[in-house]
Amino acid sequence: MPHENAGNTTQNTAETLRLISGFARGRLTLIRRGNRSYGIWLAFLGVLIVSGILAWSGQVRHGLGLTAMRDQVSWGFYIGNFTFLVGVAAAAVVLVIPAYVYDWKPIREIVIYGELLAICAITMCLMFVTVDIGRPDRFWHLIPPLGHLNFPSSILAWDVVVLNLYFLVNLIVASHILYRAFHGKHYMKHVVVPLVLLSIPMAVGIHTVTAFLYNGLAARPYWNSSILAPQFIASAFCSGPAILLVVFQVLRKFTSFEIKDEAIHKIAELMAYAMFLNLFLHGAEAFKEFYSNTEHLLYTRYWYLGLGGHHTLVPYAWAAVFLNVLAFALFIVPSWRRRWVLLNIGCLATYAGVYIEKGMGLIIPGLTPDTLGEIYEYYPTITELRVAAGIFAVGFLLFTLMLKVAVPITLGEFRGKEKMAVADGSAGVPALAGH
Amino acid sequence: METEIDDPKFTRRMFNTGATAAGLSFIMTACGPKRLYEAPQALLRQRIQEMEEQYKENLDVNVKVSDAQPIPGVQFAYALDLSRCIGCRRCVYACVDENNQSRDPQIHWIKVFSMDKEKGVDFTNADPYYHPETVPEDGHFYIPVACQQCENPPCVKVCPTGATWKEKDGIVVIDYDWCIGCRYCMAACPYGARHFNWTTPSIPKEQINTNTHYLGNRPRPQGVVEKCTFCIQRTRAGRYPACVEVCPVGARKFGNLLDRNSEIRYIIEHKRVLVLKEELNTVPKFFYFYAT
Repeated sequence: MPHENAGNTTQNTAETLRLISGFARGRLTLIRRGNRSYGIWLAFLGVLIVSGILAWSGQVRHGLGLTAMRDQVSWGFYIGNFTFLVGVAAAAVVLVIPAYVYDWKPIREIVIYGELLAICAITMCLMFVTVDIGRPDRFWHLIPPLGHLNFPSSILAWDVVVLNLYFLVNLIVASHILYRAFHGKHYMKHVVVPLVLLSIPMAVGIHTVTAFLYNGLAARPYWNSSILAPQFIASAFCSGPAILLVVFQVLRKFTSFEIKDEAIHKIAELMAYAMFLNLFLHGAEAFKEFYSNTEHLLYTRYWYLGLGGHHTLVPYAWAAVFLNVLAFALFIVPSWRRRWVLLNIGCLATYAGVYIEKGMGLIIPGLTPDTLGEIYEYYPTITELRVAAGIFAVGFLLFTLMLKVAVPITLGEFRGKEKMAVADGSAGVPALAGH
Repeated sequence: METEIDDPKFTRRMFNTGATAAGLSFIMTACGPKRLYEAPQALLRQRIQEMEEQYKENLDVNVKVSDAQPIPGVQFAYALDLSRCIGCRRCVYACVDENNQSRDPQIHWIKVFSMDKEKGVDFTNADPYYHPETVPEDGHFYIPVACQQCENPPCVKVCPTGATWKEKDGIVVIDYDWCIGCRYCMAACPYGARHFNWTTPSIPKEQINTNTHYLGNRPRPQGVVEKCTFCIQRTRAGRYPACVEVCPVGARKFGNLLDRNSEIRYIIEHKRVLVLKEELNTVPKFFYFYAT
């Protein structure tokens, strides 16, 4: 008997390995397939990645002195991008909530793409943190038991924990769904649903923790405002879906992927509400600062009006306001959001507006003037722009490849030849097509 | 020999022993002390010896690294007489020399602000880059600022790796070998006291102060944060900080907060004393006062 058991285990392991390697080979096949524009797109991303790596290796050798950051403004473009992308990652679940809570099918079919986006966004987040630290060779100092994580005292330690957990949850759900679909099976509901439900509070959690990272610093009045976390969530729920809406239209055009207009318009409507909340919170903050007119007004004034001769960021501040208001208008009027041109302008405006306000607009005025009143005008250097472009290219590359694999598999157009031996009652249902 | 190696028992035992040893050493390394904060005395000695060897190898200088520990019953505190300070910045450069701050690019642990007498203590309108022919200037007074050695240091609270901490004598120190350079502490510090090595710090070889402390003025690498340590290498050896010694007008006072008869206690009890940004509850151990 023991021998027989061992034999079974070996057989099962071999079977699983065969299935996994089939899945891996299938993915490779899918990634290689593509027309000319796909090739050009990949080559373009490749160029950006190589340029980014070269710039970063220079930065590792010569130090962060190659950036425009200095003691006065000790965080800049990298941390701004990090913050923005945490928002994108968190917002992937704005799609999950209506899909699962209200069981709204048109959106449920596309939830997996939100999860793939979250995976890419978190990857980029982690890369932005890595390029920002002075000693990337010591990153393991954060990882117990080899390192020492100052938990729960440091909010950065919290962020490390929640970001990685969120990454894992999304990775597990997405790979499970794709793996099962590849082998012609429906995903296991008892695995996926709890994890998806867990990812909702986690998404809010990663953004709240990231907001608290800044919020908790009494030294920086611009951040030390309790409105910060709600504002983070509101703006994130605009920017994440903005990317997805554009992606869905691209996919619909170039693949047999289908999404109902109804779903797209519904998401646009949700974005309008999120954008309203975002603008309202900004307005509330601006009112409090300008009306009470304390010494803490300095930072808000630097962002919107400039201080003395220093107004490098003022055009960006007003551009963000304009773009956000524009996006709100385009999404709130039903007949406007149903016109594709206007919808896409709205998406781009949202993306750009939130990118400015949640990136540079959060970090730089937070640090300018510095704690002792000095104004150092930060503006990213070419090195910073190249490194950032490289990281975005990695993110886009990852997302492209994932979509390349995920779309045909979820549509049931591409299946593994290996048959799944174990019958589990959920045979042959194309994945994600509902129940 | 061959038969021995082929003997399955022998190889299995060898494998088991090797694996156990590897596993144990991994666990011991993983769970053992990593930061200088928790290094026991023997290990600290060894680490310090390694530091000295590395300085010899990399800088070709015989740097002496002290491991002097806090003196029991001592809490250091600092007081600065704003009515005396003339803004000459001798303290700034004495500090640079004493504490091996980078000359290119320049790092200054002390920053002196020129303030308008009419406006009072107002950093928004202060000028850290004043350069008149002679100081003091009419209508101005000066506030030098360095690390305030807070009782509640926000920088220590936020450090994700525990690379910075408050010593028993109240000095906030940094483990330059453990800092990952995330600069969260710099965002958290309300006094701009923390400075980052944006590039490799450079000091002419003959200007390196070889009398150092492992938590203080030993030469730092690129990519880590550094700050004032109340001259830990001096003060734990019973000497005054370099800035106190160099001040030509005697504006700088230093001593033991727990000693009732110390000058620092006299100042706190008898003079008009202020601390910077009192509302932030950082509880600085750096007091500003007006003696006249």
